[in-house]
Amino acid sequence: MTFRKTILAVAAAVALFAVPASAKTFRFAFQGDYKSLDPYTLNETFTLAMHGAAYEGLTKRGPKLEIIPGLAERWEIVEPTRWRFFLRKGVKFHNGEDFVADDVVFSADRVRATGSNMTTRIPSDAKFVKVDDHTVDVILTKPNPILHYEWDTWYIMSKKWAEANNAVAPTPPSATTPGYAAINANGTGPFKLDSHQAGVKTVWKPNAAWWGKPEHNLTEVIFTPIASDATRVAALLSGEIDWMEPVPVQDIARVNASPNASVMTGPELRTIFLGFDQRNAELKYSNVKGKNPFKDVRVRKAFYQSIDVNAIKDRVMRGLATPSALMISPLLFSRSGEFQRFPYDVEAAKKLLAEAGYPNGFEVGMDCPNDRYVADEAICQAVVGMLARSGIKVNLNAQPKAQYFAKVLAPKFDTSFYLLGWTPGSFDSWNILQNMYGCRTDEGKGRGESNLGGYCNPEVDALADQVLAENDAKKRDELIFKAYDIAQNKEVGYIPLHQQALAWGVSKKVKVVQRADNQFLFYWANKE
Amino acid sequence: MSTPATKGIVEPAPAAAAPKARWRWRDSDILASFLSSKVTVLSAIVSVLLIGGSLLAPLVAPTNPFDPATVDLMDSLMPPRWVEGGDPRFLLGTDNQGRDLYSAILYGMRVSLIIGLAGVAIAAVLGIGLGLFAGWVGGRVDAFVMRVADVQLTFPAILIALLIDGVVHGIVGNAQRENTAFAVLILSIGLSFWVQYARTVRGSTMVEKNKDYVQAARLIGIPAPLILLKHVLPNVIGPVLVILTINIALAVITEATLSFLGVGLPPTQPSLGTLIRIGNDFLFSGEWWIVAFPGLTLAAFVLAVNLVGDWLRDALNPKLR
Repeated sequence: MTFRKTILAVAAAVALFAVPASAKTFRFAFQGDYKSLDPYTLNETFTLAMHGAAYEGLTKRGPKLEIIPGLAERWEIVEPTRWRFFLRKGVKFHNGEDFVADDVVFSADRVRATGSNMTTRIPSDAKFVKVDDHTVDVILTKPNPILHYEWDTWYIMSKKWAEANNAVAPTPPSATTPGYAAINANGTGPFKLDSHQAGVKTVWKPNAAWWGKPEHNLTEVIFTPIASDATRVAALLSGEIDWMEPVPVQDIARVNASPNASVMTGPELRTIFLGFDQRNAELKYSNVKGKNPFKDVRVRKAFYQSIDVNAIKDRVMRGLATPSALMISPLLFSRSGEFQRFPYDVEAAKKLLAEAGYPNGFEVGMDCPNDRYVADEAICQAVVGMLARSGIKVNLNAQPKAQYFAKVLAPKFDTSFYLLGWTPGSFDSWNILQNMYGCRTDEGKGRGESNLGGYCNPEVDALADQVLAENDAKKRDELIFKAYDIAQNKEVGYIPLHQQALAWGVSKKVKVVQRADNQFLFYWANKE
Repeated sequence: MSTPATKGIVEPAPAAAAPKARWRWRDSDILASFLSSKVTVLSAIVSVLLIGGSLLAPLVAPTNPFDPATVDLMDSLMPPRWVEGGDPRFLLGTDNQGRDLYSAILYGMRVSLIIGLAGVAIAAVLGIGLGLFAGWVGGRVDAFVMRVADVQLTFPAILIALLIDGVVHGIVGNAQRENTAFAVLILSIGLSFWVQYARTVRGSTMVEKNKDYVQAARLIGIPAPLILLKHVLPNVIGPVLVILTINIALAVITEATLSFLGVGLPPTQPSLGTLIRIGNDFLFSGEWWIVAFPGLTLAAFVLAVNLVGDWLRDALNPKLR
């Protein structure tokens, strides 16, 4: 995989003399690939944004993340536990079928089915009832004012198409043979999929029959993954591609100095963090046998205090990161300022480890992606070095996100210690409490779906439930505060590292819209 | 009738004494030819320096880059000592994790060399063994071994190495990467390089096996394995030595390529290739030293070893003498 990507990357870099494409062909690159086209396989920002070209949800989010109508023209809360969605009429899927209420009901079942990575998009006990062909009722067991907050990335699929192509079951992230829906796309969106070779190239063409008014002027869009930082930058500067992400932190000045491109930066909502397996009786990748050292809060705190987050910020991120005490961006939680990180203190960490019964440290395996977040592998390497000073020997396993996610995400949860990034899809703390701190089952359906390490405290779950139902902003923040206080200050559920800065490399020939959730949506791109 | 008989008896005596004399004569000739070529002498010195430095890395390197506890992230991306902003502790600067590049190169070279040598050793043993066997037995066995070799020759060695690497990692899993990377690389290189040896040895063996001394040895009942090892092998080893020398350089490059592509050694145990891969990301961003020094070291080593190998080929080739 890496080899093929590198070949591609090299090819892209040397193709300096390639004929400039017709003016309206938009080419872009990302460090990782766009693997499965199944919109329920991978709950990951980049992939979700890519799906957004061909697929649409009932709602959408605008350039400022505001919720706007999508396939649902409007909706109303008939009573606190019954929502009514009025579907857009005259919408057709790319294969010509009409979009109807059955498709919504079908998609609601499919997104919660085994194999889906997005089971938390809809409460597991919510019922979808077709009223007529263009009206759907959602019946809840308890009020949920933020029901539709993450529905912009719950994409609606065609029932008939899925049934005809044996694609009713979602493709799990660990699937080794892609299902039909993983290599074909049939949505209602502004772009139609033209061709897709995972890890190589994906091509879209505008959908002439789209119901909306296009805000782009493109005639073709081509995506290629370019894993190598240097090659990706070279491709942007040479005009080979119009957009890429991320611009490696060491190259930002150089891209800005070039006549062809510039860097769009901004704060990102994603938190990069380290997680521990706190669920299994014994760590899968460790020399400690018969018990799980991460079950001891002192060990977790020792790891926390071993990490010099400012060194990572200054040296690895070159200042383009904001160290974080919480798993949520300060932009999304007003009381973030009241939380402090535990200080970096190797002596304290050693003492904690000794108290916990590991005076000489221990060995643990660490999983890390190397093409997902800004400088992800370099951060992991830095963590390895820092933990070594406290006597912890970390065996680093850094791999491309396709393999990484298949290993660590539900249902395998095959990791002892890992680095991950998380943006709450609802832009709200409830998402964090539900996904990251919620007690999960073995297979990880519903609550705690992305709680890979299995942190669990019923008290936090109870608070999360109260947060969901609470409408008063102040009371709600108080509940969230309590939950974070338990989960982070008292129990060190995770080691939050920082919020990375957005760094898009954009050709001066194009205009794109940058959203703080780092979704790149090329249906807003315009090219000279 | 007595004359031929006498000849028959007398001749073996000088033949038995000859090897010693011939070796001594050849020694001095080789030495003379070696000393007369300045390029070769220089290459040999460079090779010895690099090999010596890397084998003695724990003694000569100021830090141990494989021990993450000694590396300080705050020292990262320091330029070489003589450049403005350089730190006297780091002769060639540091990489993005704060590792001293000079030490990392010595240790990385050592890793590359060990993998290269071990890989070539496996390839040579396998290739020579199969070559002797195929050449000696002939017939279907020979045809089979040589067709396998032909098939493998149609792929570049790097592709075979990638394939083996992929298959092994598929079986043992990526999580064991740090522990298995070393062995997997050696195996990949060994299994992709054996063909050349097998072909060369097989050809020579087929010539040698019909010669009188071999026939004689067979006649007096020496078992075939012994004949192959004691009599045939020494006579076919000349060209193998040349291939061996050049292959070491090639194996080091293959290792570097695999590591550069990310399937070789992990960044926590950098080889030269891994260092180059890491440095490549910083090549255009002003931190040129991270890629330049490991790259230059690799180039110097490969060039030096190849030049020595070239000279060895000429020196051992009676037609050129």
